[in-house]
Amino acid sequence: MLPEEVTKFIGKTVGTSTFQVEREAIRRFADSIGDYNPLYWDQDYAKKSRYGSIIAPPGLICAPWYNNRRVAWGGKDPGAEEIIPGPNMAKAGYGRILDGGVEWEFLHPVKAGDTITAEMKIKDVFEREGKSGKMAFTIRETTYTNQNGKVVAKARGTAVHPEG
Amino acid sequence: MVKQRYWEDVKEGDEIPTLPKIATTQTLVKWAGASGDFVPLHYDDEFAAASGLGKSIVHGALKRQWLVQLMTDWMGEEGTLRKFSCQYRKVDYPRRMKSLIEPKEGETWLCKGKVTKKYTEGSDHFIDCDIWVENGKGEATTPGKATVILPAKG
Repeated sequence: MLPEEVTKFIGKTVGTSTFQVEREAIRRFADSIGDYNPLYWDQDYAKKSRYGSIIAPPGLICAPWYNNRRVAWGGKDPGAEEIIPGPNMAKAGYGRILDGGVEWEFLHPVKAGDTITAEMKIKDVFEREGKSGKMAFTIRETTYTNQNGKVVAKARGTAVHPEG
Repeated sequence: MVKQRYWEDVKEGDEIPTLPKIATTQTLVKWAGASGDFVPLHYDDEFAAASGLGKSIVHGALKRQWLVQLMTDWMGEEGTLRKFSCQYRKVDYPRRMKSLIEPKEGETWLCKGKVTKKYTEGSDHFIDCDIWVENGKGEATTPGKATVILPAKG
């Protein structure tokens, strides 16, 4: 049984972050993947495309940089540790964390210069007995909204916590 | 990146052209910086060994973005990636570096896909695909699914 200090997060919004999608961040992201699609790199080319601008590769805004940031320079960041289940998962005997996978829906393109607000909810936290012992799972759901109030993407992520 | 692909030209069962990728220790550093994933499992061999993984592993999310590229290359510029999912089922280990820019010999990963369904909804023309990343042993370490909207010749 997971303790209340973990399960209390279920259904709660655990963090909102607002960030700008910078052109250089798009390039660094595409470069690390080895994706040289001109829509991410070439402003003149991208201007003539149906997007009229450099766009971000699908998934860029779902990267850890932009989600519930725990770095020192974000306004909301100092308190972030207290509002996510992570540290309490360790107390519940699940100190490790692995990325389990994602489910994404992309509704509108994300363009260089867009300002995106990401709101993350803990959809569920549960335990399961598997072949290799007990594990816990955290399901996060994040909604991404742009500066015009349009929902551009929805993401569901699974964190896997092996026992120990 | 292909010239534009149209919905009419795609059949169920079609294979997506394979996209080969190599993950090196250098790639992992670049990905960590670009994505903001600083989990030590991906750069600290001792930490990864203590977690039972042997040594540093490739970020699942990097393999995920390879699969995103598989789809965006295939669908062309007028295509839209509407849905995407994948699971990180097996760990992969990066190649070490031989020089400043060259990887040592080793594994090459193959991003692959297959068209499973072709349909319309309203005025949109959809294609569903199974997608996966195969390691050097031919195992699908990262299976997933994608839904794209393609332009129709009308």
